[in-house]
Amino acid sequence: MSTLPWRTSRSISTWVRQHIQYLLIPVALGLFLWLWETLIRVQNYPSFILPSPRQVAHSWLEHWQRGIIPYHLSITLFEVLLGFSIALTFAASVGYLLAKLPLLEKIVSPYLVATQAVPLVAIAPLIIIWINTGIVQNALIAALISFFPMLINTIIGIRSIRAEYRALMRSYAATRWQVFSKLEVPAALPIFLGGVRIGVTLSVIGVVVVELMWADRGLGFLINFAQGQLDTPLLFATVATLSAMAITLYLIVILIEKISLRWRKNVQ
Amino acid sequence: MQSPLIQIESVSKWYGHNHDGVLALRDVSLDIRAGEFLSIIGPSGCGKSTLLKIIGDLLAPSAGRVRVNGKTPAEARRAREYGIVFQSPTLMEWRTVARNIALPLEIVGIPRAECHARTMALLDLIRLRDFAARYPTELSAGMQMQVAIARALAYQPKILLMDEPFGALDEITRERLGRELLEVWTRTSVTIVFVTHSVPEAVRLSDRVAVMSPRPGHIERIVEIDLPRPRTAATRDLPRYWELLREVRAVLGLNEGQDGVR
Repeated sequence: MSTLPWRTSRSISTWVRQHIQYLLIPVALGLFLWLWETLIRVQNYPSFILPSPRQVAHSWLEHWQRGIIPYHLSITLFEVLLGFSIALTFAASVGYLLAKLPLLEKIVSPYLVATQAVPLVAIAPLIIIWINTGIVQNALIAALISFFPMLINTIIGIRSIRAEYRALMRSYAATRWQVFSKLEVPAALPIFLGGVRIGVTLSVIGVVVVELMWADRGLGFLINFAQGQLDTPLLFATVATLSAMAITLYLIVILIEKISLRWRKNVQ
Repeated sequence: MQSPLIQIESVSKWYGHNHDGVLALRDVSLDIRAGEFLSIIGPSGCGKSTLLKIIGDLLAPSAGRVRVNGKTPAEARRAREYGIVFQSPTLMEWRTVARNIALPLEIVGIPRAECHARTMALLDLIRLRDFAARYPTELSAGMQMQVAIARALAYQPKILLMDEPFGALDEITRERLGRELLEVWTRTSVTIVFVTHSVPEAVRLSDRVAVMSPRPGHIERIVEIDLPRPRTAATRDLPRYWELLREVRAVLGLNEGQDGVR
């Protein structure tokens, strides 16, 4: 009995040490806000140059309650998810096909490499001219931008499977479907999910760029609108909303990674 | 005498375009008896792995033919008569030890309950039941190889093809796994074709040792290992063991000069 408290306090301190980087996040955030508030107190900037955290929070709450931020957020989120899903579907299927057909991949690979270097965002204006803007169009641009990294990671993931594993499946006389489901999918998953992580971030960037330039709704549009009105608190509030959305999406991917790659925990 | 389980008839293999490619195997003929432990030994590049892959239908011969129980290697493979073990354990690192062993059974389509029972029996065979729920990365290299062997035996194949399975292990583990392999072999009466580049290992384990020479690969001689079974640590005290070691080394050309038997 007497050893129990000692053991407990010890395990708590180990837990704290292991999770120190997460425990310090609220502290860092609080420190940042406090410095920001202090800077404004000292320098007395007008709110259209640099609003205080309170003003930003107030603006955010007000626009949230009036339904302005939820409306634009839902549009942006929908575009991102639609674009990302399109990209994911095509990247996984086309990538798998290219990985399985070396000749085709050989023919296509110089262009794939080229797309890695081209800032696809710069092509967006052309696409706008051709297909105009709108929710689906914006999603398509997001899809275009996030497609290639996911495609390339799919190919690399499938290609990284060592020949011995395929020989093993061959010796079992496994069907194509068994090779796919029991070898190719799980073996390629870590690299594939690495691509998904990049893809989800690029989808957000794609949507926001298009919204900033041409859209009449969405968080990108709201940023533009706030800037035009010199409503800097709203500008900050919108950027914060956008960041929160992007971080949440990214964390969801990380969570999926953690769950589906549980076995990797043991790889040190 | 009964007809051999595996008949290899003047098999040749060349890589590249027809006859101007690299000749890996030249006119190899070999009969492997049912239930025997046959080692193929030779320096690297002598085509011993190529020969093993041809038996297992992982490669096609360029000339000659192979018969397994009267069937072609492809038919034997589809009839699931081969278990294969490579030099690297080739375990699925996303599956636990038990589910790695169960993989071939899942592919064959064996019902879940039977699959579980057989997996547990195999885990007992390699004495790793306590590690059933562990992932391969948590195991030592020797244990991973034991799991690979258990997996190869999962659907009770007639033939176990082993491609330098202990080549990457340390000497101590290697000897222990060799002993355990003999135990498994005795209990399952599987036919083992064992590729190695270690002379003592080949002599210690086998009924016969096929010695190969490189460029192009061919079988130089087949040495009968007439040591009594079961082979124990005491086997090494027999003068015959050293004679056989010397004989195999002589065929490999290792005995010249003052380089004696170790």
